[in-house]
Amino acid sequence: MTTSNEKEKRKQLEAVAKVELPVFASPYKFELEGLNAWFGTKQVLKDINMKIKDRTVTAIIGPSGCGKTTLIRCLNRMHEVVPKARVSGRVLFNGVDIYNGNVDPVQIRRKIGMIFQKPNPFPMMSIYDNVAAGLKLNGIRDKKVLSPIVERSLRMAGLWEEVKDELDKPGVSLSGGQQQRLCIARALAVEPEVILMDEPTSALDPIASSRIEMLIRTLAKDYTVVIVTHNMQQAARISDFTAFLFLGELIEYGPTDQIFENPKNELTEKYITGKFG
Amino acid sequence: MISYNLRKLKSGLMQALVWLALIMALIPLFSIILEVVLKGASSINIDFLTKPTPTVGEVGGGAANAIQGTLITIGLASLVGIPVGLMSGIFLSEYSEARLSYAIRFFNDVLSGFPSIVIGIFGYTLIVLSFGFSVIAAAFALSIIVIPIVTRTTEEALKLVPLTVREAAISLGIPRWKTTVSVVLNAARKGIVTGVLLSFARIAGESAPVLITMGYWRWWFAGLDKPVANLALNVYIFAISPFENWRALAWGSSLVLIVLVLGANVLVRILTRERY
Repeated sequence: MTTSNEKEKRKQLEAVAKVELPVFASPYKFELEGLNAWFGTKQVLKDINMKIKDRTVTAIIGPSGCGKTTLIRCLNRMHEVVPKARVSGRVLFNGVDIYNGNVDPVQIRRKIGMIFQKPNPFPMMSIYDNVAAGLKLNGIRDKKVLSPIVERSLRMAGLWEEVKDELDKPGVSLSGGQQQRLCIARALAVEPEVILMDEPTSALDPIASSRIEMLIRTLAKDYTVVIVTHNMQQAARISDFTAFLFLGELIEYGPTDQIFENPKNELTEKYITGKFG
Repeated sequence: MISYNLRKLKSGLMQALVWLALIMALIPLFSIILEVVLKGASSINIDFLTKPTPTVGEVGGGAANAIQGTLITIGLASLVGIPVGLMSGIFLSEYSEARLSYAIRFFNDVLSGFPSIVIGIFGYTLIVLSFGFSVIAAAFALSIIVIPIVTRTTEEALKLVPLTVREAAISLGIPRWKTTVSVVLNAARKGIVTGVLLSFARIAGESAPVLITMGYWRWWFAGLDKPVANLALNVYIFAISPFENWRALAWGSSLVLIVLVLGANVLVRILTRERY
């Protein structure tokens, strides 16, 4: 009885988390090879080459307009959602080029979640529905399957204790910091392997920010996190690796300690010491 | 000090002006409702709601056939017009290229500004001339009134949904069409419902295009290829008639029309009300 139930659940989950992408053994989650990106005729990323290790936090820093956001949006094929946006080069995810013509971007995005600058819970949906949205809209309607996932995701996002008695309240009624954690829970619910974050704390107050930062460290145990940040202290605090981008080019990339304590490039040093930015 | 008093005076003056304008806008509204309710209520009885139009000299009679006819005609028009308008609105907001949308939006606005009698003549030439006066012809003409209203309000409502909400859905690996249907439409449903109700109210009261495509008909519904009675035409024909019971019928029909539109408004609002 229980086992058949379990089987049924498993089946439903697998249908959603259907892995159609082959996985090659590689210590790297992402390998970017000669990545270029354009908006219309304006080139915003120039020949980016970098490798991102599994289960690490990689921070991307650089002055405004240097292409940080575009870079992470290229990693889950969100860049092409904008009209006239274009990409060339290769992005290997688990060893497979996600820009190869056979790869379905929808499948890619299920494996690579994204958190945005401004918390964006779905309007007109309850907290529960917000977290369950990714699964529900992919066909899982059984509450017996959804509820444990919703609880687990909210727990992982550190929001469960605050909302467990009001799961049917609207997601947008939460505070900014709670909304951002709700968005993290929503991304975790579809069981991604990577979480991309685009300045996730820039719209939050310091206390809410530090909660998210702690959360990011916890997430790094199970997920690969790539975070864009304007806040250099934040990058130094939470990341294992840091990439410095300037005018669309990858200037320096290495372990965070080295980038902040002993940068090899003069530009990097000027930027992290606040001489420009 | 003087300038402060002057400013206060100006502010008070403006406030009075705004109030005055509000009252002027509300007077016609309430006087119409009051008049229709007072005169119409007395003619509404069991006969009115169950019997068809009386013939000349016949005592009593009702508007049951006109209520039936109006519901069938605007129902059919909505059935055709609302989905087309909805999908056009979705196309304009979610899928169209900027220049194409601009052109479509322009022609859509022109269409929504068309005098309804012109749309009636369009329906007449296109359908009546070959198939005769019929419910289908009237519903066709009315649906052409519905489409631009629903298209425009749907597009506007969808555009109010922030782009970031769409991106959130897409980044969860939800396909584009599902994002549109389940997330974006859902978030915009209040505005969309408003547009649908607006178009419903508009065609419920249309008389010119109905007269041209269906003519005046005093019997019960007999098939979509035949004409049927209509509340708005009841008002049009009977309000100027010489018989007391016919004029009472016109008032009753007016009241039923207003109640119908109001009732649909309340019902749809309840059905689609926001939980939050």
